[in-house]
Amino acid sequence: MKISFFLLVVYALITTKTYSSESQNRLLEVYKNLRCLVCQGQSIADSNSDFAATIKLVVEDQFKEGKTEDEIYKFLMNKYGEWIVYQPTFNKNNFLLWVLPYAVLIFGGFIIFLVVRKTKRNKVN
Amino acid sequence: MKISISKIIIFSFTIFLLLVFWQGLKKDNNYDTENLIGSRISSFQLIEINNNDQYISEEDLKKNKFTLINFFASWCAPCRTEHKYLLNLSNKNKKIKIIGINFKDKKKNAINFLNELGNPYNFVGKDINGKISILFGIYGIPESILVDSDLTVIKKIVGPIDKVQYNEILELVQ
Repeated sequence: MKISFFLLVVYALITTKTYSSESQNRLLEVYKNLRCLVCQGQSIADSNSDFAATIKLVVEDQFKEGKTEDEIYKFLMNKYGEWIVYQPTFNKNNFLLWVLPYAVLIFGGFIIFLVVRKTKRNKVN
Repeated sequence: MKISISKIIIFSFTIFLLLVFWQGLKKDNNYDTENLIGSRISSFQLIEINNNDQYISEEDLKKNKFTLINFFASWCAPCRTEHKYLLNLSNKNKKIKIIGINFKDKKKNAINFLNELGNPYNFVGKDINGKISILFGIYGIPESILVDSDLTVIKKIVGPIDKVQYNEILELVQ
């Protein structure tokens, strides 16, 4: 009886710790994707400013309320604009940033294809 | 005259880059929360600084024609400079109610601050851990938000209220 109680306590302690570290990791991921608006080039995770401390409290609260990461980002973007998140959403102002690398990649591939084909033809001739 | 495709591509790409940089230089990169103007404020519950049983919410602001929500603290030096304008607004204009939100401050210091400089507020609430400030998109104090009876933000002032902003507030509430 004593042993089973002891094992139960140990199991409870282990699972609580795991859950807690998982939540901490998820929180840290959110903090890392949030920009500290009053610091130069620091994320909320990096900063010890007053503003960062308050944002951390609010994010933690919203996590406890069961809100998803997207809901938290949306809430903060609603208050501080898209500038607060490091990963911007796809919109008409930044679509070139999202599309251009792929377009350049395809275009570059096409150019290489043409050059290779031309070189081969020259060799044959 | 034969112009090679690669030259056209390089020329177009250079023009494109110049246009992007030119647009980037024109853009104002100073962060502000102007985007909140025209939006409605969130639901909130603000507890009175002296009495934990007394509080107001957004519903109470609907009764006012205009409400100026001012975030202040006794440790904030610029809050002292704007205080005279808040007192003027409170004394001269009856259309506007002023709500003070004491931000991350000690109660005793906040009360001393108001005793020393005067109390322009119709209600003084406390935001001990700063969570309420996030609901209003605040990132530093002093900051003030002017809302109408629909709870729509019509002006947001980041930093201390000065003479120009004081006059703008008066114009808006006329």
